[in-house]
Amino acid sequence: MKKVFPILVVLTGILLSYALYQALVVAPTEQTMGNVQRIFYYHVPSAWTAFILFFVNFGASIAYLIKRRPTADIIALVSAEVGVVFCTVVLVTGPIWARPVWGIWWTWDMRLTSTLVLWLIYVSYLFLRRFSSSGETPLLAAALAVLGALCVPFVYFSIWFFRTQHPQPVMGGGGSIDPRMMHALLINWLAFSCFAFLVCWSRYRLEKLQREVDHAHAMKSLLEPHGSAR
Amino acid sequence: MRQNPYLFAAYAATWIIHITYLITIVRRYSRLQREIEGLKK
Amino acid sequence: MSAPTGITRATLLKDLRLEWRSKDAINSMLFFSLLVVVVFSFSFDPTAEESRQIAGGLIWVAFLFAAVVALNQTWAREIRNQVLDAYRVSPAPANSLFLAKTLGNFIFVTVLEALMTPLFIAFYRLHSLGPEWQLLLVAIFGTWALVVNGTFFAAMSLRTRSREIMLPLLLFPISIPAILAMVQSTTAILNGEGARFWIVLLATYDLVFTTVCLLLFETVLNAE
Repeated sequence: MKKVFPILVVLTGILLSYALYQALVVAPTEQTMGNVQRIFYYHVPSAWTAFILFFVNFGASIAYLIKRRPTADIIALVSAEVGVVFCTVVLVTGPIWARPVWGIWWTWDMRLTSTLVLWLIYVSYLFLRRFSSSGETPLLAAALAVLGALCVPFVYFSIWFFRTQHPQPVMGGGGSIDPRMMHALLINWLAFSCFAFLVCWSRYRLEKLQREVDHAHAMKSLLEPHGSAR
Repeated sequence: MRQNPYLFAAYAATWIIHITYLITIVRRYSRLQREIEGLKK
Repeated sequence: MSAPTGITRATLLKDLRLEWRSKDAINSMLFFSLLVVVVFSFSFDPTAEESRQIAGGLIWVAFLFAAVVALNQTWAREIRNQVLDAYRVSPAPANSLFLAKTLGNFIFVTVLEALMTPLFIAFYRLHSLGPEWQLLLVAIFGTWALVVNGTFFAAMSLRTRSREIMLPLLLFPISIPAILAMVQSTTAILNGEGARFWIVLLATYDLVFTTVCLLLFETVLNAE
């Protein structure tokens, strides 16, 4: 397994560079927005990746509640954390795109608002993990993750009704997109998914190691009774 | 690319966020390695 | 009467009696929402016609923050003499306890709303253009949404460091759809527009979250 990781890193690096080339050079320039539209190739794949990671978090949390395996808990933690990172990218690149195209940094339209709320929910999840004492964290976090995931349809539904008359900036109408644009988009999505997978993997190994070290510390303090016992 | 600061800013911001996160992972990892060295003694 | 409802009733009556004697929660909630009303009145012209547009949000923000005060006290009382640990080892079903606490909080917040609403109407010169009974419906569903999640998250944040800060951090993001629905429906009714969608949304939200909280509460209570 240790040999596979560097190979994957190299492959993902090549894929990301190819995707960058596709996004900046091969994909045709959009007529009305110009080059700014190329932000799309980073913005949208990041959003998809973040949603997938949040979904993985939901699945892993359910699995933990049923089976109580520590692995499921680590997967839930890792996917939420990396998902928040990708969601942050979405929320940062969105306004940078909106500014030249719509003339404003932020608008409370449906997609922006619901992504922000999603981000808030998962940040609060990470807060809970950080602030609860280690033994109880997995169960509490899993319960929160389930509630948070159930909240998502309500968020979309309510904000959809709240902001129905918003402009459809992304892929307006659908179907009329240039195939080279679609190609660049999908390649970028593939590249970012691979990248996210690698980040998750490293974070997973880190968490595993962290738990082993914590365990070792606990064992050490048990085996050496002449410290705090006196 | 040169005439479009927004495009550059968005791509740069994306990588800055990702690299910052990766750096925190690497730093935590190296701190753990040191802790393991300490535990082994 | 079956055993679980008996436990619920006993716990609920105990909480109500404690609150009746001390009146800690209700007093602090009342004073807190009064402060919110006064402070907000500086931020816009409270007598203008447009106050109707803002009132919905204002009322619910005041109640939301006041409810957090009561919710934080829900479980704190049970920790003091290890009552919660006794609950855990006792064969009493966890959900009866949860229901009792939720009903208790529901009563506290409802009393608060009943006392504060006349004040809001007087201070902001509100009169509803739509049917008032719908406002009652919104109040019931909205309060239940806040209280059921709030009681659950209060039990959760009990296990964390700095638990008083943790409750709003957990409660507010998950409650955003409910808060949005409460505010929007109240504003719509005050302005004489239809609010059916929001009321249905709130009722669905209540149903889903009550079910899931009941399913998960035992896990959270016994988490070690």
